[in-house]
Amino acid sequence: MNSLLAWLIEPFQYAFMLRGLLASLIVGVVVPVLGTYVVLRGMAFFGDALAHIILPGVVIAFLLGWPLALGALLAGLLAALIIGAISRRTDVKEDTAIGVVFAGAFALGVALLSAQRSYAIDLAHILFGNLLGVSNADLWLTAALGGMALLLIFALYKEFLVLAFDPLLAATLRLPVELLHYLLLMLLAVVIVVSIQAVGVSLVLAMLVTPAATAYLLSQRLPSMMALAALFGTFSAVAGLYASYYWGLASGPAVVLVATAIFAVAFLAAPRRGLLWSRRRGLSPEIHEPHA
Amino acid sequence: MPKTVTRTVQHDLAAPAVRAERLTVRYDGRPALQEVTFHLPAGQRLAVVGPNGAGKSTLFQAVAGVLQPTSGEVRVYGRRPGGHVCIAYVPQRSQVDWSFPATVAEVVMMGRVRQIGFLRWPGRDDWRYVHRALERVGMAGMADRQIGELSGGQQQRVFLARALAQHAELVLLDEPLTGLDVPSQETIFRLLDEMADEGVTVLIATHDLNLAAERFDQVMLLNRRLVALGPPREVFTRPLLQQAYGSHMHVLQVEGQGELILTDTCCEGEET
Repeated sequence: MNSLLAWLIEPFQYAFMLRGLLASLIVGVVVPVLGTYVVLRGMAFFGDALAHIILPGVVIAFLLGWPLALGALLAGLLAALIIGAISRRTDVKEDTAIGVVFAGAFALGVALLSAQRSYAIDLAHILFGNLLGVSNADLWLTAALGGMALLLIFALYKEFLVLAFDPLLAATLRLPVELLHYLLLMLLAVVIVVSIQAVGVSLVLAMLVTPAATAYLLSQRLPSMMALAALFGTFSAVAGLYASYYWGLASGPAVVLVATAIFAVAFLAAPRRGLLWSRRRGLSPEIHEPHA
Repeated sequence: MPKTVTRTVQHDLAAPAVRAERLTVRYDGRPALQEVTFHLPAGQRLAVVGPNGAGKSTLFQAVAGVLQPTSGEVRVYGRRPGGHVCIAYVPQRSQVDWSFPATVAEVVMMGRVRQIGFLRWPGRDDWRYVHRALERVGMAGMADRQIGELSGGQQQRVFLARALAQHAELVLLDEPLTGLDVPSQETIFRLLDEMADEGVTVLIATHDLNLAAERFDQVMLLNRRLVALGPPREVFTRPLLQQAYGSHMHVLQVEGQGELILTDTCCEGEET
């Protein structure tokens, strides 16, 4: 028992590990909470695309010596607007527009980065995260952006809820539907920035979707879905941090593997929505019901 | 129920509840509604009947102010519908994500989001409205159930409770009777009657000519254009039905009982 405790505590004699822990906790809460909307509104592809789209923003900010988050945020906002404009003003379908912008922007980011000398290491960190390398400035920025995102999600809870469940109701109640939609996209860009340090561009999607999907299988109400998503997210992030420290794994994959394992257990064994449960009742799982 | 009505625009009480003037809606250049003109006094109950693709949902969304007409106009109590918060649109059940993590009471509370206002949380009064609305539709005992656990009739009643909690004065129900058993339909009709008695104007879209004829004073026959509007006896005549349904209608001669008219009533959820 004591040796387990020692094993758990030992890493935190180092300041960089404390910073990593704080970053894990912030990311583990904020990203999955917003992720519940990504899951409920079926925006997973958009979330993944947005994460890749902000790569050139990060790289340009890096080259100019700006804070990385600023570049990421600008790129994310720009991309959300471009995608909206392409799919709204032309016959191109939205997922096609997203695909085009996604691939183009990501290629631009990698191209810019590959022109640099320290290409391999930086690219790996941006793509797959590095919880062990969180600086003080990173941490403050993560906390500020994450806190802002949580505050907005909380303040506009009932409006986002209506928009997610019944967009037509939102329209007949004359809520500012467009504004709320763009705000959600902006929040998505913000939390992606927040989670780059922990899981990297390539695996942000997992942090957005996996804990929330696990929570979806286990909840009947949105507040409990958000709480469970935050719990699974935090657990995964901290477990990933330990894996990084003790076994030298890249933190992103470590975090995501833990989150995926939790999802797998819930998918099999969740009451009502799990596979085993619905087998026993002789029904197909509820999660496979088509959403018209 | 005491009324604390939030209106963003003043109602012109002398104006009809709904007035459409040469209302035309096109999707990608194809007409979904053409030059539809009618008006409806407050407190009316109207069944809108027509084949698939007749534009029933389009009409409702234009009246609700969530779809801009290509030309022509809609007025609700004399004003543009986009300014009203008293219009409730109840979607087809197939359009709703019933696995969404929300309880019955939470869905009804959604009708009050506008009244509650930004940056505020539901107060004691709001919960009281919600519970009264649920009592009226006979669902108070199921307030904490997840919406996916309900039967079709119960789901429909929850959405009516949401319209009540919203203090809706114009309720548009898209195919509310499809797939319901007779007792559930009766419950819905009883609630609609009560609402109409209180001056709420109710439009429902339906495929069921018999129900429309038996239970509604006014029916509208729609097939992109407005074919007829009036009492069922005057509207459901063979030439008018033929005009609305065209090849989707078959007339059978039944020995000793006159004619039997069959229309295509297939396929919930294919409407646009």
